[in-house]
Amino acid sequence: MKPAPFKYIAATSLEHALSLKAEHGDDAKFLAGGQSLIPTMNFRLARPAVLIDINEIRDLAGIRPSAAATRVGPLTRYRALQRDAAFARLFPLIGEALPHIAHPQIRNHGTIGGNLSHADPASELPAIALALGARFHARTATQQRWIAASDFFVSALTTDLKPDEMLVEIELPSPKPRTGCCFMEIARRRGDFAIVGVAAMMTLGEQDECADVRLSFCGVGETPVDASSAADVVVGSVPSEDAIRDVAAIVQTMIAPNGSVHATADYQRHIAGVLTERALQTAYARGRDGH
Amino acid sequence: MDTDFHDITLSVNGKQYRRRVESRVLLSDFIRHDLVLAGTHVGCEHGVCGACTVLLDGEPVRSCLMLAVQARNHEISTIEGLTNKDGEYHPLQQAMHDHHGLQCGYCTPGILMTMTAFLDENPSPGEDEVREALSGNLCRCTGYQNIVDAVLAAAERMRSG
Repeated sequence: MKPAPFKYIAATSLEHALSLKAEHGDDAKFLAGGQSLIPTMNFRLARPAVLIDINEIRDLAGIRPSAAATRVGPLTRYRALQRDAAFARLFPLIGEALPHIAHPQIRNHGTIGGNLSHADPASELPAIALALGARFHARTATQQRWIAASDFFVSALTTDLKPDEMLVEIELPSPKPRTGCCFMEIARRRGDFAIVGVAAMMTLGEQDECADVRLSFCGVGETPVDASSAADVVVGSVPSEDAIRDVAAIVQTMIAPNGSVHATADYQRHIAGVLTERALQTAYARGRDGH
Repeated sequence: MDTDFHDITLSVNGKQYRRRVESRVLLSDFIRHDLVLAGTHVGCEHGVCGACTVLLDGEPVRSCLMLAVQARNHEISTIEGLTNKDGEYHPLQQAMHDHHGLQCGYCTPGILMTMTAFLDENPSPGEDEVREALSGNLCRCTGYQNIVDAVLAAAERMRSG
């Protein structure tokens, strides 16, 4: 229950961190909040030779809103997101999901960039990044690129990031007007990993008809799952209870949960259907009523 | 691999310490073994039980999920610093005693560090908020009810000064 030996380097700037990563590649891990990395090191499931601590690079934390999109630094801690009332109003999906992420002590130190880079398929934020259509800015010492959330999550605990890349910024597009959002999750206890979690966004037209739906899930596969296409059947009309039930049934055929000792795959599929119905109904009502 | 040592300075309960630590030493073990402040308890060592909760710059964190070297130039508060300088209990310590909020006591330091910080931020919590704030601390003895009662009583007492 103690980490294996490693070399610790506190990076003093982003350039310093990236040059260290260029030098050490896969032998090195970035240490952000450490709320997933340190436990895996304590268990010796991870044994990085080098830890590059980025916690003192203050430029990497912060929330920078603009009209079209909000840019969030990867070192921004969950608690900072929770305390920013304007951010929670702009991104109610994230505001609603944050209390489900572990416990207060973890949220005080865990970071959004660490969460997304860790890519735990049961984690809330990757699924929400899919629903929001987030983009991720990745940098090496010499190059940079933007990665769409839909391309970022490759498999369980694996992202598209290369050994010398760091996630340096997260871009969250502002939801369109008249968009209702809802995040729901079932876990064994509050703060546990999700058995199933759903992020739903529904944008309404002038007649309260459904113009666009984003629907994604955590906990039901090797990656977060984008199941927005299941909602094609409600787009263009005011969604009836029956139509929303149809969406839930389609979702159940789209996902392939693994099942675990706590929840069989059938149970997860059942829960995914129930949560789909509830989340879409709630998102619709919130879009219609303007909150 | 050569052993990787770092010289660090940090403040614990307002006192400055200078130590040489190996990079892989967890903050929890550093506090207990190097500083001999054994009030911080170690339970699961993977961030689930909350027994090792300390304050990092005033905010509760798991000391088993931080390296000691990361505490360099930061301020740590542990259970040993909770009483006032005359040795008088913090109102929450007194309330835990009055309401039988502990039995074996193993989880108690972590709970006190978590909930005193919570009461500083939220002086008038409802029972649901107390239970939510307490959710990251496991207690296998009490069933939590007496801890919740103690926190609510301490909040009331602290509000009335």
